[in-house]
Amino acid sequence: METMNNVFEKRRIRLQAMKTLYGSYLPSDQMLTCPKCAVESPKKEVAANLSVCPACGHHFPMDAVSRLRATFDGGKYRELNRGLGAADPLRFPGYAQKLREAKHKTGLREAAVTAQGKIGGRPCVACVLDRRFLMGSMSAAVGEKITLAIEHALSSRLPLILFAASGGARMQEGICSLMQMAKTSAALARFDEAGLLCVCVLTDPTTGGVTASFASLGDVILAEPGALIGFAGPRVIEQTIGQKLPEDFQRAEFMMAHGFVDAVVPRGELREALSRLLMLHGGGNADG
Amino acid sequence: MDENRSAAQRLALARHPQRPGAREIIGALFPEFFELRGDRCCGEDEAILGGVALFHGRPVTVIGTRKGRTLTENLRMNFGMPSPEGYRKALRLMKQAEKFGRPIITLIDTAGAYPGMSAEEHGQGEAIARSLFEMSRLRVPVIAVITGEGNSGGALALAVANRVLMLENAVYAILSPEGFASILWKDASRHEEACALMKMTAPELLELGVIDGIIPEPEGGAHEDARAALAALDAALVKQLEALVGRPGAELATERAARFRAMTFAPR
Repeated sequence: METMNNVFEKRRIRLQAMKTLYGSYLPSDQMLTCPKCAVESPKKEVAANLSVCPACGHHFPMDAVSRLRATFDGGKYRELNRGLGAADPLRFPGYAQKLREAKHKTGLREAAVTAQGKIGGRPCVACVLDRRFLMGSMSAAVGEKITLAIEHALSSRLPLILFAASGGARMQEGICSLMQMAKTSAALARFDEAGLLCVCVLTDPTTGGVTASFASLGDVILAEPGALIGFAGPRVIEQTIGQKLPEDFQRAEFMMAHGFVDAVVPRGELREALSRLLMLHGGGNADG
Repeated sequence: MDENRSAAQRLALARHPQRPGAREIIGALFPEFFELRGDRCCGEDEAILGGVALFHGRPVTVIGTRKGRTLTENLRMNFGMPSPEGYRKALRLMKQAEKFGRPIITLIDTAGAYPGMSAEEHGQGEAIARSLFEMSRLRVPVIAVITGEGNSGGALALAVANRVLMLENAVYAILSPEGFASILWKDASRHEEACALMKMTAPELLELGVIDGIIPEPEGGAHEDARAALAALDAALVKQLEALVGRPGAELATERAARFRAMTFAPR
């Protein structure tokens, strides 16, 4: 019975994934209101603009599949460890239901999607967190997927690109989630020793245990404009210090001014920036 | 050992104001302690105490978090919540231990890394990440002991060790139960409920494979008989150190990384 349920569950998730994909091909005529400039734009137009507001340049959140399609040459890539999804290691009340809902909503099995493809003709491995899936939080399975991707890049001697978007650790997995910070960081240390390139791209929001592990460990750290980047969330800091934080606090531009980000790169220029970095670190020729 | 003590009861013992902390432990077990200060970057964080000392005649690097005993100390030590300067100092001392081939012992008792404005401006996330990254490849033995509260990345930043031990009534968690309840249920008053669910006690964590051993405490907690508690800690450290000292550095680093690599918790 268990197996039958699993089969249906997998089929349902695949169907949902197809729907999500179809939706991104053919966005409806609905309008989208920008939270920054309040200008209404057709969803179709925003999607075609990499989910950036055509009026003011505000960066809307981007789902993992769209991110991979926008990053890799021709939108083509091979997904790694697709089947890996969260367990419920602490048997936390209500968590299994939350996972089911997140899977149905996103068509993903976890908050991390990892893949291999090419950028500017150069092969590389990418990990993307999807904030629609429980705020891109780091579960044991997310940590495992990222670690496996790092190990795959290491054994194939490929550069690694880590797109972060996360509220931090996944509370429902408690200490098991915390341990993923050490696991992913240790994997990156081995990757580092092999002399391979790791680029982190911090997107809105990158906080908590993700900031305090793999997202801060790239050789190069890029960030999308306006992305919130920090360890403690603004609400926690405001409670601690008892005052309101300035609007620009912990934003990408602020983090660059404080020395923690190499460059703030608008989404439309990101592929080109990554391509150049791969070229500068790769020597040799593309498609080699 | 009192196996039946609840998580909330253990938490109360872990936070007991008279519980022996890093300073008492170092004073009792680590003669010739020479304190080393500063991150050589921009500051000194008193929430972390570190230096070189002897342990049973052998030079070691010992690093601990401390909360302070009086209000003046609490404020100076920021109630045991380290800033990036503290983590960078700790890492500096650990790299130095590696240079001189000294084992490292860390003593952890913290509510977590400090969530303040200056900590963010100075890269709290980066400082913790760097500590995890570098600790994982140190070529000397590393033993971590959670002596009181070990919360969040702020505790883990000093606990990427070959052996992780806990005092019997210590707790080790992703976040304080108050913070956990506040994030998950938007209601910090449900902290006791959180305690029961979080699996933060030493026996629960030993079963999960997160820690390697439990150091027994006297009846009623470590503060009831500090001398006995410290003797038990001493014996545990001697035993663990004996098994690690003299092994090749590369092997120690590989084993440490493998210890954390194994933390998959059965994803499907």
